[in-house]
Amino acid sequence: MLEIKNLHATVDGKEILKGLTLRVGAGEVHAIMGPNGSGKSTLSYVLAGRAGYDVTGGSITYKGEDLTALSPDQRAAKGVFLAMQYPVEIPGVTTLTFLKTALNAQRRARGEKEIDAVGVLRMVRETAKTLNVPEEMLKRALNVGFSGGEKKRLEILQMALFQPVLAILDETDSGLDIDALKLVAEGVNALRSPERAMVVITHYQRLLTYIVPDRVHVLAKGRIVAEGGKELALKLEAQGYEQIVKDAA
Amino acid sequence: MAAIETREKVAALGEKYKYGFVTDIEMERAPKGLSADTVRFISARKGEADWMLEWRLGAFRRWTEMREPDWARVHYPKIDYQNAYYYAAPKNTPKKQSLDEVDPRLLETYNKLGIPLSEQKLLAGVAVDAVFDSVSVATTFKEKLNEAGVIFCPISEAIRDYPELVKRYLGTVVPVTDNFFATLNSAVFSDGTFVYVPKGVRCPMELSTYFRINASETGQFERTLIIADEGSYVSYLEGCTAPKRDENQLHAAVVELVALEGAEIKYSTVQNWYPGDENGVGGIYNFVTKRGDCRGARSKISWTQVETGSAITWKYPSCILRGDDSVGEFYSIAIANHFQQADTGTKMIHLGRNTKSRIISKGISAGKAQNTYRGLVSVHPRAEKARNYTQCDSLLIGSECGAHTVPYIESRNKSARIEHEATTSKIAEDQLFYCLQRGIPQDEAVSLIVNGFCKEVLQQLPMEFAVEAQKLVGISLEGSVG
Repeated sequence: MLEIKNLHATVDGKEILKGLTLRVGAGEVHAIMGPNGSGKSTLSYVLAGRAGYDVTGGSITYKGEDLTALSPDQRAAKGVFLAMQYPVEIPGVTTLTFLKTALNAQRRARGEKEIDAVGVLRMVRETAKTLNVPEEMLKRALNVGFSGGEKKRLEILQMALFQPVLAILDETDSGLDIDALKLVAEGVNALRSPERAMVVITHYQRLLTYIVPDRVHVLAKGRIVAEGGKELALKLEAQGYEQIVKDAA
Repeated sequence: MAAIETREKVAALGEKYKYGFVTDIEMERAPKGLSADTVRFISARKGEADWMLEWRLGAFRRWTEMREPDWARVHYPKIDYQNAYYYAAPKNTPKKQSLDEVDPRLLETYNKLGIPLSEQKLLAGVAVDAVFDSVSVATTFKEKLNEAGVIFCPISEAIRDYPELVKRYLGTVVPVTDNFFATLNSAVFSDGTFVYVPKGVRCPMELSTYFRINASETGQFERTLIIADEGSYVSYLEGCTAPKRDENQLHAAVVELVALEGAEIKYSTVQNWYPGDENGVGGIYNFVTKRGDCRGARSKISWTQVETGSAITWKYPSCILRGDDSVGEFYSIAIANHFQQADTGTKMIHLGRNTKSRIISKGISAGKAQNTYRGLVSVHPRAEKARNYTQCDSLLIGSECGAHTVPYIESRNKSARIEHEATTSKIAEDQLFYCLQRGIPQDEAVSLIVNGFCKEVLQQLPMEFAVEAQKLVGISLEGSVG
């Protein structure tokens, strides 16, 4: 589904990704772990197509298509979803309005029929309940005054609403207490399916106790330096990044 | 509902400036240039009584001694007042008994503008007095308004049929000598709207006027006078569009509102005159004087404006809070894109006791545009316990535009309480990226973010126009990012 080959990318002219290669198949959950500054967030932004994150070499193929040729909104319509580490506040735009606008923009791009506010609310309600998102939150301006946990829950709620093909979760565990973490993980696990691939980016092993990955990759200095099964995460936790990065070198 | 659908269809018609068409109708014009004879010509065409002609000529004499103001933060080549027409009217149109007699091409224009002058409008609860250049061609729903005793007609008709009312109020809020553009308007105003709501009457529908400049090289000078008698209520909406032309056209309107004891006037404007092209060629010069007088105790005047058009906007809808416990409000969205220049704001003059005013201004600048909020809050010695709250927010899109806030505050009463808050922000790249990542295309994302920024003002608009205004906000800023 997703094939990244020898990817080089720069941010503000500085090379951050230096020959990254990664394959993610449908139905698989891959974890990407790495120390601070290794390029984890850069990878997520490059996949989503953020301005300023430029691909300078290599390729990204998504469902047989060159992903880098698509604008960020086109990628979203084709099923690429990025749950962000720092969800953004948009004052004056209610959460429900935002959800409806985004859902319908994606549907329009795919040539599907748009859904009215009542229909969107009906779709949102079910997931909102399981993620403990009160309906009152949907009436507030998007992410404005939300706690860290509320913001992250709303990201997962959007993921459930948009039903992406490729979901990238960037440090979804950061800033969450253990209860919130469990809730978010349950939400993510509920979305695991044979058609959907997930890339879970995290610094700590903690999240992977709840979202168990099929494969774990270690990212350091812009490249994948180690790969393994879920046990690799535990090894990292025990030994720290330094040793593994050194061993790989 | 039908009316709204039509407007939506118009708004959906692809091109950027959707109202840039010209209707091909033969026009009757005054000779080019401005002199006492031009004023006499206009007055004669209107069949006005001597008192009105004298009023106009007095204004004209005064105007010849006045200087064009230059204190606003707007720049434009000197206007040659002798190189324009001051009166243009579609030939063979006056005295229509029904819509069937109106030139079908004119009706088609209105349909393109999304103003069906038909019974459909009744369903939407909107009566329309349409001003096509200088002559009012059709007025609808007069009957229903007549039943309530509301007078809603072209001001030329009011001058003829209700001279006592007009004499009593015309020029009492904006004096003939008020300012260069208002004085010019007083001399040459060609038509406009007159509204009188009698004592204790709540006007049964939203009143609405669509002004439209059609003839080229023609200035448009409407004059609007709205009087809300004791304990009455009226809500009025004006919408403005003009065709695309390379030359600049002058628009100098005067609006006067009078609210007597316990009366309330809500005045909303959606201004979408042609703003000029991406290179700053063409566009309307919009020099407008709007003022409301809260003449009676406990009266209220509320201005709401959505200003997206015009090459230059010079406009300060104001309230004179004369009556004790009277209330003035100003809610404004001003959008300037490309080379547009907007210098707009309000004046709140607190004269009476316990008077309150509230100013919410949202300025959006994009491209190479300059957007200035200029406002005055003045508390006079007698205005015990006057209160004002002002909030001015500016939003910048891109790095070549400017936002300026110029608040003047004068307080001559120690019990007054005046609050002023101002913010300036940019559309953040992370907000845009967040929207894009969720599948919202760039222009739609800008529209969404800006509409959120303007929300407090948009909420003040009558329901049926809020949707239109939201779309206009998006259209005005298309292509402003990236």
